Amino acid sequence: MNLNYLDFEQPIAELQQKIEELRFATSGSGVNLTEEIARLDLKSRELTEQIFANLTPWQVAQLARHPQRPYALDYIKTLFTEWEELHGDRHYADDPSIVSGVARLEGRAVCVIGQQKGRDAKERVYRNFGMPKPEGYRKALRIMKLAEKFNLPVVTFIDTPGAYPGIGAEERNQSEAIARNLFELSRLRTPVIATVTGEGGSGGALAIGVADHVMMLQYSIYSVISPEGCASILFKDAGRAPEAAEAMRITSRDLFQHKLVDEIVSEPLGGAHRDPAAMMNTLKQKLISNLERLRHTPMPQLLANRYQRLMSYGAHDRLN
Amino acid sequence: MSWLDKISGSKLLTNGRRSKSVPEGLWTKCESCQSVLYRAELERTLEVCPKCGTHRPIDARERLNHFLDPEPRFEIAANVIPTDPLKFKDSRKYTERIKEAQAETQEKDALVVMRGQLMGLPVVTASFEFSFMGGSMGSVVGEKFVQGVDAALEYGTPMICFAATGGARMQESLFSLMQMAKTSAALARLSERGLPFISVLTHPTMGGVSASLAMLGDINIAEPRALIGFAGPRVIEQTVRQKLPEGFQRAEFLLEKGAIDMIIDRREMREKLYRILSMLTHFTPTVVEQPN
Repeated sequence: MNLNYLDFEQPIAELQQKIEELRFATSGSGVNLTEEIARLDLKSRELTEQIFANLTPWQVAQLARHPQRPYALDYIKTLFTEWEELHGDRHYADDPSIVSGVARLEGRAVCVIGQQKGRDAKERVYRNFGMPKPEGYRKALRIMKLAEKFNLPVVTFIDTPGAYPGIGAEERNQSEAIARNLFELSRLRTPVIATVTGEGGSGGALAIGVADHVMMLQYSIYSVISPEGCASILFKDAGRAPEAAEAMRITSRDLFQHKLVDEIVSEPLGGAHRDPAAMMNTLKQKLISNLERLRHTPMPQLLANRYQRLMSYGAHDRLN
Repeated sequence: MSWLDKISGSKLLTNGRRSKSVPEGLWTKCESCQSVLYRAELERTLEVCPKCGTHRPIDARERLNHFLDPEPRFEIAANVIPTDPLKFKDSRKYTERIKEAQAETQEKDALVVMRGQLMGLPVVTASFEFSFMGGSMGSVVGEKFVQGVDAALEYGTPMICFAATGGARMQESLFSLMQMAKTSAALARLSERGLPFISVLTHPTMGGVSASLAMLGDINIAEPRALIGFAGPRVIEQTVRQKLPEGFQRAEFLLEKGAIDMIIDRREMREKLYRILSMLTHFTPTVVEQPN
């Protein structure tokens, strides 16, 4: 099994391997297999299209968590120039699971906040697997306030399994830290754009997710609890996560349909990690055009629209 | 079946376990100190054990009934009822769970909101019904809370919320997560108008409610021994693989860590909240002239 591919992608992996072998054979000998390779390439593409046209929510969740998926710092370093990271919540610590700072997008300064997972074992531990602690949310809030003060828009990248369920996190009142961000973001006097790039896990995600425009990458997920968590509570069996993923409607398509997110950013064939450069470019254009639109919205209108959207969230009936 | 079983029914002895309620109605037992308590007295003490002070669960409506002055009272958003936006089904359908909870609690959902007066001081109050799907916050709870805040804004009154909840309602998935943002945004408006929000955290106040409206009080108050936090103790224990400290996530622990302003006994809630609110709002009671 090729570990660069998820289990449902194994047929693609096999084809790719065959193509590699043919390429190798061509380069070593005089045999011309170009036509055969082109044929297999096309077949691989068709197969990928076919598999990706019918992904289950659980398969999407696996893509959202793919170890090769671009992370916040990958986006930040590619989309922006002059990135300067800013650290610390000024009270307790610097939380490496949330990165923040200032940078330029097409020459215009913005404040950036993103949840960062680790790429290798050591960095994963350092980043606490992208699970923020209270100081992370408080650092994010500090940067939001900085953005408001200096009239800079805020761009956030959401990618977290959720808030960290630790003793210290509770002692330092992570409930309040998350709540405070929701409260302040709802009335922050500067445009905010949030993008779910990977996992949008619960309150930890929402703490940097209240915005004027909320986007989801095509194969990202967003939910109130992880599929595993939901399954272990409702089915008493974390192994039934695929069913929970289905029931909770965690995909961009479902959430867009229910008007809980504003836009889906399409990913390259096979997911963002198969062609990061293309992904970066698509997202960059979306950020630029949306920021341009929000920049020209008068502040009272921007805040009224944001409030209106928050109030529209919900599905309930009325008795007559 | 012996004659004893026949007359006592199944309530007295079940598999050798002590029955939870001896004869339904008249007497009940304190789970904490095991004292046998007279039901009528417990109602007078607002479900606080007169022997050991344990705060037992109290119905949302019952709580407001004791908390507010008898007159005037107006229920807010009583016509907002749940629906099933995602056609959610786990081992059972969400719609079935709703029906069952409604039949059991006689409430439409997990929040009761009322406008009334506290010793003459006009207030809007919200109270979570824990018996309704663990007091979980879905679209209806969020909407009713916001309508409560809107009423407080309209009448220029403080808002008081009694939380008792396990957190977000999973069966509404992202709709329920967004209620955190919705309720917090409404509270930001209340704050901007300079109207107080008092959050009373009762046992238990967890998850998405704790991480939104419940922690946003100008003053955060807890009932004694209430469990309060974001992540549940079991989840934390599994994650950190160590025993949690004694009293972890209890009201007294939060007071020590600086998360709440004070702990108030339920029996003193009315007087204390009146005292605080009357100071915050510069309220002076209007003395009604008695006609001669």
